[in-house]
Amino acid sequence: MSPIPTPILYPVLERRVARKGARPAPAVERRGALLGPAAAKQRPAHPLPDPSDWTFELIERYHAAIAATAERFGLDTYPNQLEIISAEQMMDAYASVGMPVNYRHWSYGKEFLATERRYRRGHMGLAYEIVINANPCISYLMEENTTAMQALVIAHAAYGHNSFFKNNYLFSMWADSGSIIDYLVYARDFVAQCEERHGLDAVEQLLDSCHALANFGVDRYRRPSRKSLARERAEREQREAYVQQQVNELWRTLPARRGKDSAAQENERFPKEPEENILYFIEKNAPLLEPWQREIIRIVRKIAQYFYPQRQTQVMNEGWATFWHYTLLNTLYDEGWLTDGVMIEWLSSHTNVIYQPPAGHRAYSGINPYALGFAMYRDIRRICQNPTEEDRRWFPDMAGTPWLPALHHAMRNYKDESFIGQFLSPQLMRGMRLFAMHDDPGERELLVSAIHDEDGYRALRQILSQQYDLGVREPNIQVWNVNLRGDRCLTLRHTQYQGRPLADDALEVLKHAARLWGFGVQLESVNGDGETPVLLHSVPAPQA
Amino acid sequence: MALQIIDRRLAGKNKSVGNRERFVRRFKEQIAEAVRRAVSQRDIRHIEQAENVTIPKKDIREPVFRHGPGGVRDTVHPGNVEHVRGDRIPRPQGGAGGAGSQASDSGEGEDDFTFTLSKEEFMELFFEDLALPRLLRTHLGDALQYKTRRAGYSHDGTPHNLAVLRTMRGALGRRMALTKAPHRELQALQEELDALLQEDDGTSEAVAALQRRIDALKARMGKVAFLDPLDLRFRNRTRVPVPSSQAVMFCVMDVSGSMDEARKDLAKRFFILLYLFLTRHYEKIDIVFIRHHTQATEVGEDEFFHSTESGGTVVSSALALLDQIVRARYPVAEWNIYVAQASDGDNFGGDGPHCRHLLAEKILPLVRYFAYVQVAQEEQSLWEEYSRIAPLFPHFAMRKVSEPGEIYPVFRDLFKKEGVAV
Repeated sequence: MSPIPTPILYPVLERRVARKGARPAPAVERRGALLGPAAAKQRPAHPLPDPSDWTFELIERYHAAIAATAERFGLDTYPNQLEIISAEQMMDAYASVGMPVNYRHWSYGKEFLATERRYRRGHMGLAYEIVINANPCISYLMEENTTAMQALVIAHAAYGHNSFFKNNYLFSMWADSGSIIDYLVYARDFVAQCEERHGLDAVEQLLDSCHALANFGVDRYRRPSRKSLARERAEREQREAYVQQQVNELWRTLPARRGKDSAAQENERFPKEPEENILYFIEKNAPLLEPWQREIIRIVRKIAQYFYPQRQTQVMNEGWATFWHYTLLNTLYDEGWLTDGVMIEWLSSHTNVIYQPPAGHRAYSGINPYALGFAMYRDIRRICQNPTEEDRRWFPDMAGTPWLPALHHAMRNYKDESFIGQFLSPQLMRGMRLFAMHDDPGERELLVSAIHDEDGYRALRQILSQQYDLGVREPNIQVWNVNLRGDRCLTLRHTQYQGRPLADDALEVLKHAARLWGFGVQLESVNGDGETPVLLHSVPAPQA
Repeated sequence: MALQIIDRRLAGKNKSVGNRERFVRRFKEQIAEAVRRAVSQRDIRHIEQAENVTIPKKDIREPVFRHGPGGVRDTVHPGNVEHVRGDRIPRPQGGAGGAGSQASDSGEGEDDFTFTLSKEEFMELFFEDLALPRLLRTHLGDALQYKTRRAGYSHDGTPHNLAVLRTMRGALGRRMALTKAPHRELQALQEELDALLQEDDGTSEAVAALQRRIDALKARMGKVAFLDPLDLRFRNRTRVPVPSSQAVMFCVMDVSGSMDEARKDLAKRFFILLYLFLTRHYEKIDIVFIRHHTQATEVGEDEFFHSTESGGTVVSSALALLDQIVRARYPVAEWNIYVAQASDGDNFGGDGPHCRHLLAEKILPLVRYFAYVQVAQEEQSLWEEYSRIAPLFPHFAMRKVSEPGEIYPVFRDLFKKEGVAV
C-alpha cells in the first residue's frame, strides 16, 4: 500500500506481506511458561541428505525436524501450509503488495514492471519467500531455492513470522479478522463492477485519490470490528442508504428553524473534534459522492488499516524470524541433523541479510531492520543468560531470569517504538557503535548529540525509538473544519513536528482530496506550539 | 505439527496482466509517442519487436503527504568511528553520507521509469495509430495459417479415417507371415503321412501320431485372426503451414524537395502496413525500394527514407524502372508482385498520360495489388490520371492521406479479399 519506494537492499528474506488470520489465541491456550528449551530426543544416525535440488519428500523431512525443534522452544504457531511457486508468480505476488488477490489498478502494474525490469537486469534477487498470515499460515517457497535455502525459509517464515503473527498484540488486535482474503475478493469484484458501470477512468481517478490519502485512512486508536464476507455484503446496502441520509441531513439547505438552530450552532466547528482519519471523514460526510464511490473509499481505507500493524513492527517481526531461523538451524546442526554444506550455505545468506554497513559507507541507507532486530533478540537472550553488572542495573527485571519467557514476552507485547525504547541495551549500542545526529536548519553544521557512552545511552535509545514511531515518521494532518454554511470548503490542519515542513507534493495530494470532497480544500499548518495557523495551499472546488 | 505442501507452479502466472494493461492505458500518450519514434527509426522488416519505453519519473509518481526537507531532525546511525559528543560536522551536500536516513524516501534517485513494451503491445499501439479494425489486428498479428494435409498412415485414429485397403493389406501380410512356417511343416507332415499310408492300412500308431500333429497344426493356423487390431491403419493428417510462396514488394516513393520528413513518415507507415500484410501470406518477401525525382534509382532502405533530394518529378521514370526490374528479376510465374507508391502527386506536366499508359498496359497486368497514396491534399495531375484508370482495375487502390489513420482504407479491399470482416 505504501507508495514510497524503498530500495531493496536486503532481498534475501524479505517479507512483503503478512496477513492476519484467525482470532488471537486465548490466554489459556498459551502454554504454561516454558522456562527453557525442552530436551532433545535422540540424535539421528545420519544428517538429513543435502542435494542442492529439493524434493517434496526432503522438504517434509526438513520441516519435521524444524517443527520438532520449534516445539521444544515453545514457538506457538498456526498450522503451516507451504506453497511452491515460480519466479514469475513471485513477481506477480510482489506487484499486488504480496496479496494473492487484489483489485486492479495501474500502480500495481507499475510495481510489476519495475520489479520485472530490475529482476531481468539482475539488479535484485527476488525474495526467497513470502509469508501470508492466516490460519493456516501460508508461506510461498520459490522453486529456484536449493534444499538448504528451503530449510532456511521454512524456519524463518513458517516458524519465525508465523509465531509472531499469532502472538504479537498488534496483530491480534488490529489486523483484520480471518476474512482478509474474503474481503479482498469482495473488493476486487466490487471494483471490477464499478469499472463496468461507471467506466475505467472514473474508477481509476477515484482510486488514485484514495491512494494518495491511504496512509491517512487509518484509525490509530479505534479497533476495527471483524466481519465475514457475507455480512460485509449485506451491510453494504444498508450502509449506503443510511450514509446518504446522514449526509443529506448535514447539508440541509432549508432555512433554519427558530429556536432549534441558533447562531451559536452556526459558528461551531464541524467536526467538533479534529478527525485524524481523513478518508473516513470524507466517506461519511462528503456531500456529492455516489454510494459506490463511498464504498470504494471504504475499501481503500480498510486495506490501509490492515497494513497498519505491519508498518509498526518491522524490526521486531524480521528480527524475530531471523533470530529463530538462526537458533533453530544451529540447534539442529548441534544435534547432528544438518550437514556442513547446508550450514555453510544458509549461514552465507544469513550473513548477507544481517549485514549493517556503517554510516558513510556507500551501501548505507539507514539501519537494517534485520540486523537491529536480530541483534536485539540475541541481546535479550544474553542479558538473561550472562548478565553483566551493567545489565543488572538497566534491566533489573530481566537479567538472570530464564531467557525463553523473557523473549516471548518481548515479542508479544511491544511494537518497534516501544520495543527499542524498552530493550535496547548499552552493550548493544556500543556493539553497533550508534551515534545520534542533531540537524537544526538554523545551524551551519550538524551536531553529534549523543554517542555510545554513559551520557548518551538514554538519549540514543529515545531518539532511535522515535525514529520508528509512525506518528513521528508521518506528518500529523487532521480534518480541522468544514465551512458548513458557506462554500463547504474543507480545512485540513497540519501540526508541525519539530518544525518540519511538508514535502512539495502536498499540493498534489490536496487536489486529490478536493476531488474526493467535491468542494474546495485548504491546508493550514501550525507549529508545535499551536500558534496561529498559516495557510499553505488552497485548492478550489474541482470542475464537475 | 500439521503441514501441507502445495505445488502452485502450474497455477496461472501473469496475474498482473490486468494491472499492466491499466498501466499502459494510463500512460498511453507517452507510450504511443515512444512507439511512433520507434516506428520511424526501425527497418520495415524489424517492425515487429519489443520496445523499451521511458516515462519521466515525475509523471508517474503517486503523491502522498510526507515530511519535506527542513526542520529539526534527530537521527541515529550505526558505525561511529571518530565522533564524540559535541562534534560538529559540516552539512553533507544532497543528503549523502552521514545524515541519510531520509535518503530512502527519494530512494532510487531521479531515474526515469523504463519498461519493456512487449511485441504484442507494440503492434497493438501501432495498429491503433493506423485505425486498423480490431478483427484485422488479430488477423494480422496471428502466426501462419495452417491447412490439414494427408500425411501417410498411423496406428490410431477415428473410425471414419480407417484406411480399409491398407488395413487389409497389412492383415494379409501378417496372416502370411504367421502361417508360412506352419504351412511348410504341414506339407512335410502330409507328405510323410501319405508315404506311410502307402505302406500301411492307416491304423498304426505312427499314422495316428502324425494325424494328431497335423490336426494340431491346422488348429494353430486356424487361430490366426483374419483381422487384428494390430493391422488397423488410419489415414493421418497433419497441419502444415499454407504453402509458402514468395512475394516481392515494391516501395515507390517520390523524393523530390516537397516530400518532407512528416510525409516520408506517413509513407513509411503505409509501406509497413503492406509489409505486415505480406508477411502473413508469404514466407519469403523481397522488398525493392525505388525512389525517384526526375530519375529513378533502386536504393537501400536507409537511403530510401533518410536522404533528401530536390528537383522536379517525373513519375514515369519510376514506373519504367519498376517494369524493368520485374521483367529482369521477378518472373510473374514465380513471384507475387505488390506495389505501394507514395507521392505528393506533383508531376511534370506532360508525364501524366505516359504514366497512365505504363500503368495500365505494362504494370497492372503483372501485379497482384497496386496501392497508391497521395500524401498531400491538393488536386494534382497524377491524381487525375490515376483516377481515370482506377475504376478499370479492381486491384488498384488510391487514397489521399494526411493522417496515419487514413492509410488503412487504401488496403481495405485487399484485406476484404482475404475474408476478414473489416
